[in-house]
Amino acid sequence: MTALLYAANIGKRYGLRPVLHGVSLDVSRGEFVAILGANGAGKTTLLRILATLTRPNSGALTIGGIDALAHPDRARACIGLVSHQSLIYPDLTARENLEFYGRMYGAANWRLEMRDSSAQSAISNLPIRNLSSRIEEALRRVNLWQRRDDPARTFSRGMIQRLAIARAILHDPPLLLLDEPFTGLDQASAANLSALLRDAALGDRAVVMTTHELSRSLDGVTRALVLQGGRIVREVHDGITAQSLTALMSHA
Amino acid sequence: MPTALRQIAAIIRKDILLELRTRESTTAMVVFAVMAIVMFNFALRLRVDTFRPLTPGVLWVTLVFAGTLGLSRSMSSEQINQCMDGLLLAPCDRSVIFAGKAIANVIFTLAVALLVTPIMAILFDETLMQPGVWLVVLLGVIGYAGAGTLIATMAASTRAREVFLPILLFPLALPLLVAAVIATSGFLDRLPLGEFAAWIGVELAFIVIFWTAGTLLFEYLAEG
Repeated sequence: MTALLYAANIGKRYGLRPVLHGVSLDVSRGEFVAILGANGAGKTTLLRILATLTRPNSGALTIGGIDALAHPDRARACIGLVSHQSLIYPDLTARENLEFYGRMYGAANWRLEMRDSSAQSAISNLPIRNLSSRIEEALRRVNLWQRRDDPARTFSRGMIQRLAIARAILHDPPLLLLDEPFTGLDQASAANLSALLRDAALGDRAVVMTTHELSRSLDGVTRALVLQGGRIVREVHDGITAQSLTALMSHA
Repeated sequence: MPTALRQIAAIIRKDILLELRTRESTTAMVVFAVMAIVMFNFALRLRVDTFRPLTPGVLWVTLVFAGTLGLSRSMSSEQINQCMDGLLLAPCDRSVIFAGKAIANVIFTLAVALLVTPIMAILFDETLMQPGVWLVVLLGVIGYAGAGTLIATMAASTRAREVFLPILLFPLALPLLVAAVIATSGFLDRLPLGEFAAWIGVELAFIVIFWTAGTLLFEYLAEG
């Protein structure tokens, strides 16, 4: 199967300080990959590179068959990002936020160069012909339709994260990137978010999540990678539980 | 409509919507500008008999300072919840984001100029209300908003952004300020256009340089 996301020998330095050392990663459709590691391991930097928000100093990155370093604007159409920061404008309503992002994505109509025909079909649907119905569908999915006309600043932290998921999946991206999405959530909100993410990951979407909170975020994960000192030091395919990964990380 | 234009329109619409909702930028700009004009009016009345030689300088210093307040606010609104990342994730060239933000800044600063210039005409010099002066104001605002959006993007990722913006922007904007003041004086003094047309050319050159620089450099500045 062709990998939807293919990263090879990704290296990143901030000044003279190396953060990532030749990280390689490939993720196929239907996979839910968790990248685990302590604070400062390089998780967020790696995810920002995968999201094309930060350029690596070395390596190659292909998303949906598109060279994401040469044509990041095209590759971005394949990406949805949920971060611990919501990327939501607090003074706009939930619907206005999604309308804005929908317009930014809905205008995408790239000449595709993708080798992965299934990814191509997903992205060909991107021009959002009926933005209103897309927004309604996304807001109902995260259970915020009743609050659609309320400013986002009136939302709780859990509701904001649900709105962030609606924003991330609005353009139906084949690749969903999650950067510590459970940060700052209470137990109930985290469980709710976990169910939503599992739902969003269903089907043939590929999901990559960074986290250090093993206890609340491993539902649906099919592969776990342990990042330490900017290197992937362990890869686990089977028996992914919080206990086993905690033990693995402590020995890494 | 081409894709890039629709995305630029989306950014402008969002910024206007945010401003209509909060009124933070325009309120601060208008209050500051009116206060500055009134203070200039009282301060200068003590020493000079006629305001005309001073009017262009007062107008442009007021617009530049008021515009800086709006520019600072425009970029800081993208720092809340890291909304700038949301913009940078959009499948578009970074120059589209620069253009959207800069045009929104032109609209806000121009709105302030539309309000402030008639007040200045009443208090300082009634001949300010003429098409030539409006042309100089339009070009000056476009140039200042272009340079300001670029510098505000650079300053936004720093902790002392409120301080960095004017420190970096004012020296860069000096040629524009000089050109705008001389061109405005030319129109107020009813000089032949040929005597000061070169200064309007300086304004145009400033626009070309900084809007081109913005489209080319925004990617690197926004990514920090």
